[in-house]
Amino acid sequence: MTTSEMATTSSETFEPKIIAFCCNWCSYAGADLAGVSRLQMPTNFLVIRAMCSARVDPEHVLRAFSKGADGVLVLGCHPADCHYIGGNYRTRRRIALLKMLLEQYGLDPDRLHLEWVSASEGTRFQATIKDFTEKMKELGPSPLRGADKDPNRESAGY
Amino acid sequence: MAKVKIAQYWGAGCGGCDVALLDIDEKILGVAEMADIAFWPIAVDTKLKDVEAMPDKSITVTLYNGAIRNSENEHVAKLLRQKSLIMVSFGSCACFGGIPGLANVTNRKDLTDYVYGKTFSSVNPDNVRPQSHYQAPEGELELPVLYDTVLTLDDVVDVDYYMPGCPPTTELINLFLDVVEKHVKEGAELPPKGTVIASQKTLCDECKRKKDVTTIDGVHLPHEIDIDPEKCMLEQGVICLGPATRAGCGAKCIDANQPCRGCMGPTASVMDQGGSMLSALASIFRTADNETQLSEDEILKLMTQIKDPLGTFYAFTMPVSIIKRKVQEKNAGVKQ
Repeated sequence: MTTSEMATTSSETFEPKIIAFCCNWCSYAGADLAGVSRLQMPTNFLVIRAMCSARVDPEHVLRAFSKGADGVLVLGCHPADCHYIGGNYRTRRRIALLKMLLEQYGLDPDRLHLEWVSASEGTRFQATIKDFTEKMKELGPSPLRGADKDPNRESAGY
Repeated sequence: MAKVKIAQYWGAGCGGCDVALLDIDEKILGVAEMADIAFWPIAVDTKLKDVEAMPDKSITVTLYNGAIRNSENEHVAKLLRQKSLIMVSFGSCACFGGIPGLANVTNRKDLTDYVYGKTFSSVNPDNVRPQSHYQAPEGELELPVLYDTVLTLDDVVDVDYYMPGCPPTTELINLFLDVVEKHVKEGAELPPKGTVIASQKTLCDECKRKKDVTTIDGVHLPHEIDIDPEKCMLEQGVICLGPATRAGCGAKCIDANQPCRGCMGPTASVMDQGGSMLSALASIFRTADNETQLSEDEILKLMTQIKDPLGTFYAFTMPVSIIKRKVQEKNAGVKQ
């Protein structure tokens, strides 16, 4: 499929690729709970477990986008709940700054989303995934899709 | 005795790298003994056709400075690669795109539309744009084609060594020229291919300023405050790219009481200099006592003190950053 065809794909048929970084102590357990509770949600996401949401380096997020992710979720413990006391406070500062950066790169900053999901909040995990998938369908494919295969030549003047 | 043959070329850059090579003090006298200059447009009158006539691999070392921005840059890079034994990516522009690489926030069309149509001094009633070919009465004229995206040297040719810096310091140039000289005269072994001629550590490792574990409430531009020359810049709220930047420059800017802007590029262990700096800077913002009550909007307001994250964190490295260039959302118009 060429880029222009992808752009015209309607939101019904477009299936976004979403990477969800989950912290080990809260959100991963929350995702687990959503699973064992058999809560229904779209299957467009891949979970990557990190020890803490603060372990998610901006480089990980940027790399996910450059490899063709349409959206990236970073999920961590609620404020005051971080297993490492203050990791999530650092995360929210980084994500805020990273959204500004993504916007400068021309990406819609909504493609990156931070959410607090505790270990007992399976339904919140489900709702987050549902809402985010819906939003990504509205936004359409990331302009960086396919960029990793042809990072330099694509738009060079040939 | 075998003589070293040196070539230097100026791609998309400011010419400071050429001057840096001249700026090696009295060592420049030794260079003439040690080396023949095969091609160096700023200093000697060799033409491109002379280079074309040279046998392949006859130039010992080419120091290519400047990014690849047009078809001529690329053509000469390929030609010199063919004629040279050692290809050195010389300076930040050749290694990472450098300051010209920031043109990747725009594209050829917007750029030429602006320059040839929208500036205060643009008088261009016929809306003329530069063309790569022009049929003049005297014959066809040709200009290089400007690329949409600024590339680095190793995007277009195989590079043996990287010497970052804006420009590379005299110490690094001397260090490298000594190695090449020993190789040519005594057959000493060259460093492994791909070596970055600089340190493996971060600039903070070389910096002598005092570092306490201080957090900050906000950021300042260097001219806004009196910078204490003894204390870490970051702890004073001045954005210094030291934690995300490769050492080897000798911390010259820091000694002059100016923050690092990152010209030495990312360290060996990361891919994205801006990403590491973003992470480091965001982490030193103070965590308030009422942190749990802060909304995401308040956090965003705190971070918007950093006016231009892309231009600050990627001042020299946008073309080698993970995302490389600005892109365009296809449904941008649909969203309110």
